[in-house]
Amino acid sequence: MKQYANVITAYAIMIALIILVGIFQSWNIAFSILNLCLISAVMTMGANIQWGYAGLINFGIMGYTALGGLAAVLISVPPVREAWQVGGLGMLFSLFIIVLIVFSVRYVIKNFQKSKRKNIYIALIIVFGLIILRITSGPAIHSIESVEPAKTGFLGGLGLPIIISWIAGAFFAGGLAYIVGKVALGLRADYLAIATLLISEIVIAVIKHEDWLSRGVKNVIGLKRPVPYELNLQSEQWFINLVDKWNKSTLDLISGIEERQAALSQMVIEGSSVFVKMCYSGLFVIVVVILLIITQKALYSPWGRMMRAIRDNEEAANAMGKNVVEQHLLIFILGSAIVGIAGAMMVTHDGLFTPGSYRPMRYTFLIWVMVIVGGSGNNFGAVLGGFAVWFLWIEAAPMALFVINFFTSGLAENNAFKLHLIESVPYFRFLMMGVGLLLIMRYKPKGILPEKITKQ
Amino acid sequence: MDFLNAIILLLNYIVVPALSYGSQLALGAIFVTLIYGILRFANFATGDMMSFGTMFAVLLTWYFQSLGISLGVLPTALLTIPFAIIMMILYMLTIDKLVFSYYRIKKSPPVQLAMVSIGVMFVTQAIVRIVIGPFDRRFFDGERFIIKANEFKEMTGLNEGLSIKSTQVLTIIITVIVVSILFWFLNKTKTGKSMRAYSDNEDLALLSGIDPKRIVMITWMIAGILATIGGVLYGLDKSFKPFTYFNNMLPIFAAAIVGGIGNPFGAFLGGYVIAFSEIFLTYAYKKFFTYVLPEGMEPDSLIQLLSTDYKFAVSFSILVIVLLFRPSGIFKGKVL
Repeated sequence: MKQYANVITAYAIMIALIILVGIFQSWNIAFSILNLCLISAVMTMGANIQWGYAGLINFGIMGYTALGGLAAVLISVPPVREAWQVGGLGMLFSLFIIVLIVFSVRYVIKNFQKSKRKNIYIALIIVFGLIILRITSGPAIHSIESVEPAKTGFLGGLGLPIIISWIAGAFFAGGLAYIVGKVALGLRADYLAIATLLISEIVIAVIKHEDWLSRGVKNVIGLKRPVPYELNLQSEQWFINLVDKWNKSTLDLISGIEERQAALSQMVIEGSSVFVKMCYSGLFVIVVVILLIITQKALYSPWGRMMRAIRDNEEAANAMGKNVVEQHLLIFILGSAIVGIAGAMMVTHDGLFTPGSYRPMRYTFLIWVMVIVGGSGNNFGAVLGGFAVWFLWIEAAPMALFVINFFTSGLAENNAFKLHLIESVPYFRFLMMGVGLLLIMRYKPKGILPEKITKQ
Repeated sequence: MDFLNAIILLLNYIVVPALSYGSQLALGAIFVTLIYGILRFANFATGDMMSFGTMFAVLLTWYFQSLGISLGVLPTALLTIPFAIIMMILYMLTIDKLVFSYYRIKKSPPVQLAMVSIGVMFVTQAIVRIVIGPFDRRFFDGERFIIKANEFKEMTGLNEGLSIKSTQVLTIIITVIVVSILFWFLNKTKTGKSMRAYSDNEDLALLSGIDPKRIVMITWMIAGILATIGGVLYGLDKSFKPFTYFNNMLPIFAAAIVGGIGNPFGAFLGGYVIAFSEIFLTYAYKKFFTYVLPEGMEPDSLIQLLSTDYKFAVSFSILVIVLLFRPSGIFKGKVL
């Protein structure tokens, strides 16, 4: 028990902070912070598996998150029949051509000797394949995108419950990670970082501009939810009774029946949105707990020991007969798949998919701050990092406002300097993240909850 | 005549813009490559450091404009570059003293330094946004065009106009001057040679009496000059917006790696490789072929290899291809 003392304290502080937000700001804000903390925790766990277990840098987190989000769209949106009728065949044929290109390139790689001619063949196949692809897919894409462009203009999805997309998101992200890993994992650490960062930008560019797939920057809104809708809740009798019971002491103070009714309906409206967020929190907590159990088991299994051995001394592990390349690829896929789950969870939570909002600052570098701050190599640390950093990221603005008001209290209300500072309050979060990261890296390089190797 | 028209068309839409964009990338790429070659880490704060230097140029330009100082046809910003460079160098040296030197002395692995540079990136970005805000700022003044499309058409009697912006010419001229001075410095002066020695083999350089502190300081100073000039030129040509500068880090990295990271000349050429391929692959050649091909064979479609949306993706794909087939870059890396 004693060895877990710091873990328990850290988590208790975190939960206390969120409860404080609930009491002083509102429960609505507290639960939305909690939900995003949970999603961030999942992302951080994915990055931590790659960096903490195996020492692989993946700066492409944004790309995998977006793919998870794409999965949510493709699974939950009902198929657009008209679009399938006009362009479905063309798209399927294009898919067939892509498969053909891939296999013919593979054939050349396998069956030709390494020479200049081989490279030329590969280049020729790819160039001609792309030209044919453009010719075949062009009209299909055009006709798909012109089916009610304001409302659909894309192929739609499968129309399944959105929860399934959490698993599909993992497969999407894992699939991309397989390709990226095959291509880039042989690179040195800093090259790998840059390459993954740039590949994630390519992924975003594709999602943004292939309108037939997910409407691109026109966004997909109104995704189906796995939890009840506020409006439906507000008319359910059991929910009204629940709110009534919960707030009995406050309601009893109100004497008039009509006033009581008005107060109650107000509470029902507020309560419904908190209740919906609580449902999400419940779902997310389940995911986080399952992942924690699995990753924790993996970390202390023979496989986890092997991963650490590879991380700490690649050559020695190789000499002991461990297949370093294969294991690196495996862990790269696993970590990315977890990030994909988080991406699908996030779109589920927001109910909309906005490719334009995927930016490396928020989805790659912030997640890395979480990993480093929380403690790389420690799953509990990763979750804590996700919580603490997201909490700071959201609460940085009010905190900065408070500090600015405190230090400039001597200045007049309309002082230009003071007004300028107050105007730029939102940007203090970057400052806080940067300074926090630098301080942690300098004075506690292993993070808040450092990696612990327990001998079993 | 048609042939001439076609050439002017390509000049106007491909060559001139690519040359100026390439020059801006080249300056940034040399900055990345210098830091990588001598301080041995990938600096993720590149874009934001450039925006930091440019921020001072913008602020000083406004100040000079309010004083009524100007350079006539040339943009006032040119006058502010030296001051901006001084501020930039001071900032870089402070950051180095407070942050990077600790890890350098401890001989941390490059990955850790790269992580630290992400912290610096956050801080720099915050400072820039707090001081000047996240909005689009234009600070160009003076004459906008050297040749206007209409004037060119009247002058030559051709169908196609050629417009050359003064900022484009300025960018190319200044880049060539700065880069020539840099190469002269690296190849001919004693300090430059000692920098190359330090980059090539640190221990051997230390044994032969090269002072590492001095090398590091000079590296940051050159980096400051390159970052500020590159940033200001980009801002003059387009506009100054912190987010765009952050994004520019990506093609800059691509340019540095394509050219062989650690190799300034490679980085210089890499900038142009990236810029030209971005514009070549996303330009619609319909008009060009209408001029070149005989009548009756005009193409119907746009003849565009990739839609302009994929501009950034092109440079990244080039990078991935280069990494796959020649991980050390087109020109061998690490020969600073």
